[in-house]
Amino acid sequence: MSMIPTAGTSVEVRLPSRLGFEKVAMGTAASVAQLMGFPPDRIEDLKTAVAEACINAIEHGNRLNEKLSVGVILSATADGLEVKVVDNGTGMEKQPPKPDIDRKIHGEEDPRGMGMFLIQALVDEAEWVHDSKGKGSYVRLVIRLDKDSEFDKESK
Amino acid sequence: VQAETKTTVDDISSTSKDSLLGAWQSVHDGPVLLDFTKVDYINSSGIALIIQMLMEADKTGRKVAAFGLTPHFQKVFTMVGIAKYAGLYKDEPTAAASL
Repeated sequence: MSMIPTAGTSVEVRLPSRLGFEKVAMGTAASVAQLMGFPPDRIEDLKTAVAEACINAIEHGNRLNEKLSVGVILSATADGLEVKVVDNGTGMEKQPPKPDIDRKIHGEEDPRGMGMFLIQALVDEAEWVHDSKGKGSYVRLVIRLDKDSEFDKESK
Repeated sequence: VQAETKTTVDDISSTSKDSLLGAWQSVHDGPVLLDFTKVDYINSSGIALIIQMLMEADKTGRKVAAFGLTPHFQKVFTMVGIAKYAGLYKDEPTAAASL
């Protein structure tokens, strides 16, 4: 595929707060990452991270209120792609603990709660910014060109 | 889920909860093979469903093996620890032989 110059460009998508629409953001992020020349395995990492960020925004940020939308802003730079997922919630004051599969299997921990862990493991930077007034809490993700995910680095 | 019951879904997410847990509950004993060859989307809600199945399997001593995952989801299953409780295999014969 011929490369298209992408640095400095930005793409925005606005999703209804309905589960399933995270796939629209996934597809858009994948298309932008492909234009930027990311390898297929990193595009898969990005798709999962973007989907989880959108699901959190739909479920927890906007509490499935379909009158509210989730904003997804993809900004290409010379060395990577930044994704901001914005909702109308107040954000999180603190991060949940790292999930523990043994505790989950033995019923000592909720089987859910893998989303934020996956986001952090699959992208190069993940930052949660909360707005106590509920006007623009967001998660900011960055994946860099020519980098493996943290998990892939540890596996090598 | 395979054995007495076969249920096919494309997504493993909150929308597939009834199909997946329904299929699981209809298979009462014996080892379980999970076929992911037609699955192209798994999210954290889907992972929670799989963990719920593994919880039930662990309680009753049933073995679980999975096959047909893409390399990305093999990585994700390893990251979250599912690989500790379900063998991940490239194809059905290898997965079935492990049970």
